[in-house]
Amino acid sequence: MKLSHLLATAALAVGFAGAAIAEGHEKTKVGFVFVGPVGDGGWTYEHNKGRLAVEEEFGDAVETVFVENVAEGPDSERVMTQMALNGADLIFTTSFGFMDPTINIAAKFPDVKFEHATGYKRADNVSTYSARFYEGRAIQGHIAGKMTESNIVGYIGSFPIPEVIRGINSAYIHAAKVNPDVEFKVIWVYTWFDPAKEADAAKVLIEQGADVILQHTDSTAPQAAAQEAGNVVTFGQASDMIQYAPFPRVSSIIDDWAPYYIARTKAVMDGTWVSTDTWDGIGPGMVGIGEITDAVPADVKAEALAMKAAIADGSYHPFTGPLNKQDGSAWLAEGETADDGTLAGMNFYVEGIEGDIPQ
Amino acid sequence: MDLSAINPILLIAAMIAASTPILLAAIGELVVERAGVLNLGVEGMMITGAVCGFIIAVNTGSPAVGFIAAALGGAVLSLLFAFLTQVALANQVASGLALTLFGLGLSALLGQSYVGIKPPRMGDTPLGPLADIPVIGPILFGHDIIVYLGLLIVAGTWATLKFTRAGLILRAVGENHDAAHALGYKVKRIRTLAIMFGGACAGLGGAYISLIRVPQWTEGMTAGVGWIALALVVFASWKPWRVLLGAYLFGGITQLQLNLQGAGVAIPVEYLAMSPYIVTIIVLVILSADKSRAPGSLGRTFHASQ
Repeated sequence: MKLSHLLATAALAVGFAGAAIAEGHEKTKVGFVFVGPVGDGGWTYEHNKGRLAVEEEFGDAVETVFVENVAEGPDSERVMTQMALNGADLIFTTSFGFMDPTINIAAKFPDVKFEHATGYKRADNVSTYSARFYEGRAIQGHIAGKMTESNIVGYIGSFPIPEVIRGINSAYIHAAKVNPDVEFKVIWVYTWFDPAKEADAAKVLIEQGADVILQHTDSTAPQAAAQEAGNVVTFGQASDMIQYAPFPRVSSIIDDWAPYYIARTKAVMDGTWVSTDTWDGIGPGMVGIGEITDAVPADVKAEALAMKAAIADGSYHPFTGPLNKQDGSAWLAEGETADDGTLAGMNFYVEGIEGDIPQ
Repeated sequence: MDLSAINPILLIAAMIAASTPILLAAIGELVVERAGVLNLGVEGMMITGAVCGFIIAVNTGSPAVGFIAAALGGAVLSLLFAFLTQVALANQVASGLALTLFGLGLSALLGQSYVGIKPPRMGDTPLGPLADIPVIGPILFGHDIIVYLGLLIVAGTWATLKFTRAGLILRAVGENHDAAHALGYKVKRIRTLAIMFGGACAGLGGAYISLIRVPQWTEGMTAGVGWIALALVVFASWKPWRVLLGAYLFGGITQLQLNLQGAGVAIPVEYLAMSPYIVTIIVLVILSADKSRAPGSLGRTFHASQ
């Protein structure tokens, strides 16, 4: 009894202190809602680097707060509400599954600005932002197609959402372009972050003959599994994962959120923030390609870098026709490129990929 | 669909290895609950064991020493729970939840400088010619020592609870702590020892994930295994061999569904993904139709004066 009474008093005191700070409210307060731990070495790690960059840029003028390991779905509404009540001016919600909760909470706090990553629903005080990861996937696919000897590429999918499907398609198109015999094996693990499950999925793919593993999950566990197997190529996902270079990790997609977070925080401070939709790729620097190591043959590396340059200057689009959908129906004609609307809602495989997308 | 891509021998071997963390954590919790204590802190003790084992294994270069450290780490953390519930008489449910939260935070703090480091490898147990027997060899005799240790702990727990005086006392404390106290047994001491055993087993299970199954350190890497272990104890109606069966079922179907996905079987992935939970629950519920029930004093606070 005594202990619980003490705890309740302490909680109240903290609450009052929080309220008092909120009254003063001179610093701009920026909140971040993370789906995994900041130490995951992948997705959340990079978002947290962006948060730290905001702190460094503005020093005492901003205060950042973050909550990690927030479950997607209704529980995230509680976290966002708490942040808004504690005086946050700008809240970044950094996972696809926070989309509806963000819209719901934004309606309740019209004076707070929200930024939702990788979603497609916006409101007057909700912006969306994402990176064109599929541009990086194209380069990975090219390297994968060239380097596989078993012609089996394993792909660890998280959830069957457009962002992940886009990545699979982009990687497959470019792998098949240089290696028509290539086959993709996709395993859906239904989690963004579960090292044991990711490691299991990687091991299963390796047992079934894959010698290249692409992952769309956030931990470095598949890298460790590949390293142990010895002759399996991997790519860093969301973060550089350089600790597994030069082999198995031969390159990576790096998400660089810092410039965007700094610009949006600045906009809130200046009062110029408006709801926008940002989708940047290699060109503007939101998607980075980690160093391609010497484990990749020199000619393949040169081709990959050339493709990166062509994507960056806009002369090449990873989804350029002729391309058919999985069922054989025509999608893009010769020379036609996919529009952003189709890409944003992509829910089909391109021709050549086997298996069904879970609906 | 290409079922020939699945190698049944590798599959069964992988299933045994994948079940080990759940098995270790669940058998420890079984002993704790048979002593009448509900410790919801399994997840926290596992992750603490995972990080302690990892740190010590990296620094000493010996995975065996790492596992000992993991068991110690889990047991020490469980002492905090023992202090709260047995000495301070705090609510067991709340203390257990607090232990999980505390363990997750503590492990993240301890592990900060160990992200991305590769631990020393634990070799397979040298069982000599046994491992060369076709089919049975790789399935049964190609594992690391912790897999066998897990099986030994299950057998030992079963035998101790069923045939020994110590087991009888432990069960008496769990069934009716007032009666056990009246007979002169030290209820708190026995429960504290049981809690420490549970902590040590959970710690071992956690270290199995960080040192063998993944193997690396990442924050939050147990990802809910402790909760599954807790549920398993209930569904196994507090019986050691059923815990083993449940853990193998769960680990096995998890592996099987990944293999089926890889082979492109035309079953919707959602059903495959939920199958480990459903099959395990159904099998254990059917088994527990024999009216097994929870230990009588489970979750109740004991104070000698009442």
